[in-house]
Amino acid sequence: MDWFWTFPHLDDDYLRMLRMSIDDSFRSLTRAYGDAIQQAFEPLRYLLLYAEWVLLNTPWAVVILAVAGLAWLASRRWPIVIGTVLTLLLIGYFDMWEDTMRTVAMILVCTLLSLVVGIPIGIIMAGSNRVQSVVNPILDIMQTMPSFVYLIPVVMLLGIGRVPGLIAVVVYAIPPIIRLTNLGIRLVDKEVLEAADAYGASRWQKLRNVQLPLAMPTIMAGINQTIMMALAMVVIASMIGVQGLGQPVLRAINNQYFTMGMFNGLAIVGIAIIFDRISQAFGKRIQKHQEHTHE
Amino acid sequence: MNDASTSYGIEIKGLSKVFGPNPERVIPLLQGGMSKTDILNKHQHVLGLNNINISMPAGCIQVIMGLSGSGKSTLIRHINRLIDPSVGEVLVAGVDVVKMSQIELREFRRHKTAMVFQKFGLLPHRNVLENAVFGLELQGVPRARQLEAASHWLDRVGLKGFEDRYPNQLSGGMQQRVGLARALANDAPILLMDEAFSALDPLIRVDMQTILLDLQKEIKKTIVFITHDLDEALRLGDRIAILRDGEVVQQGTGQEIVLNPADDYIMEFVRHVNRGKVLQVKTVMELLGDPAAFADGVEVAGDTLLEQAVSALLAANKTKLVVTGEQGKPVGTVSLNQLIEAMVSP
Repeated sequence: MDWFWTFPHLDDDYLRMLRMSIDDSFRSLTRAYGDAIQQAFEPLRYLLLYAEWVLLNTPWAVVILAVAGLAWLASRRWPIVIGTVLTLLLIGYFDMWEDTMRTVAMILVCTLLSLVVGIPIGIIMAGSNRVQSVVNPILDIMQTMPSFVYLIPVVMLLGIGRVPGLIAVVVYAIPPIIRLTNLGIRLVDKEVLEAADAYGASRWQKLRNVQLPLAMPTIMAGINQTIMMALAMVVIASMIGVQGLGQPVLRAINNQYFTMGMFNGLAIVGIAIIFDRISQAFGKRIQKHQEHTHE
Repeated sequence: MNDASTSYGIEIKGLSKVFGPNPERVIPLLQGGMSKTDILNKHQHVLGLNNINISMPAGCIQVIMGLSGSGKSTLIRHINRLIDPSVGEVLVAGVDVVKMSQIELREFRRHKTAMVFQKFGLLPHRNVLENAVFGLELQGVPRARQLEAASHWLDRVGLKGFEDRYPNQLSGGMQQRVGLARALANDAPILLMDEAFSALDPLIRVDMQTILLDLQKEIKKTIVFITHDLDEALRLGDRIAILRDGEVVQQGTGQEIVLNPADDYIMEFVRHVNRGKVLQVKTVMELLGDPAAFADGVEVAGDTLLEQAVSALLAANKTKLVVTGEQGKPVGTVSLNQLIEAMVSP
């Protein structure tokens, strides 16, 4: 009755062998292709460095003005603009400007990469039930797998630094944009699609003129979610060498500096709210045709 | 406007549509004479359309009438192949739409047909003008000509000044005018109208019918009009085909259908029709017998409706009517009694 009380499991030696052989083969893969993979990600590293360089070398006042202008263009509402400026001024006054700029650069590049990769995947997914049934479980894994777990192979392949951080953040932040692009396109009114077909629209014309514009509110919600997830990941990414607001938080955890952790945490919250309000207001404004309906 | 040398008549021959997982297997059974219920119960396939044969002459309004589930919307979607038939031919100007490749089909839809939908099918994120240019934009027509054509037709359907509105800022009637302008701007010889006016209020519906009839005098397109409303069918249709359970039960002119309904089903429809507003005097007149007896009669043209003829007689305080043909030659006679008799349903 032994098998009844303790779960019959693989032999310990066998398990150790299994782990070692997988680890070894992955390690040799890393040795063989690590450089090539690093080369492949080089453009991303340049993009990140460039974004950081621009944000850090622009005088703070100019950055604040630019962000305020962006907030105004996107929302056309003064409360959002004033809130944005105040938040940035506070962050700077508490000496977190440089870290904040590094984080913002990181978020911008991560979001950009997520959109460039995620929206096309979402479009393909919307067009085929088979693709959807393959991609969905992968997204489930990406969202539920503890992020530390996939940090391990990323670090083994690419070492420590910005690019592995970027990949970790994108893996974590890309599912919402894929899912919501897919959902948005699938929810497009069948009547309107039929009309496009009846007038002889090609697939590309249908996508550009009908599906993407009508899915835009849902896609905008996905972009917003992706930005928020990227920000949430910034602290964890700092463990593998991403600079920015995450690093002081990490140091605060290690040394129990409560106030330092709090300030930097609040700065992350601050820029999260700025990103959120601006992107949401923009999403609403491009849907202005849905307002003031007849009767 | 259209190439006058090609006349875009539509010929539907032996068209059947079976819905289900394996229509190819069911078609031979159908052609062997199996009934709709047997196909549904024994083979789990739905017979949508069964052996439809309709010939639609170019430049006329062909109405296809039927209640919901009769297959009328399925039928119109076969003309531009939004639905593929299980068997049969759809000849447009002699070319079989069913045999077209995807690219030919796309070109056919872009240039030869335009469609108006029951729920309008407008693009909600585009304003009225941008909706009206949609068909031309897909054709790749230069922007200036797109705008010119769209403005022209928006003006014709009475939407001048509304170009910047969005569809959901407009009433149903106005949205459908946009749908109509979009279809007309396309300048296709065939206009497919799928219950185009069914979602509109009765008064607006009559308005739109008037607009369509006025425009048709000038554009002379081949119009296929789907409706469930016999009054609308009789008002618009040069020819009417009545569909029930996926089969054509009667086709002909409105006069023919009202005077000689093919079976009890159609009789039931026709009973509620206001015959005075549908029948023309020439269909109830007696061929010219004794002109002397009608010497003091009122003269009216052959296509005058009974109701109008009665009003003309009452206004002149007379009881005899002389029906004139071409060039005003008298061709027949009707008395007031005969007119009133014809207006009462049998």
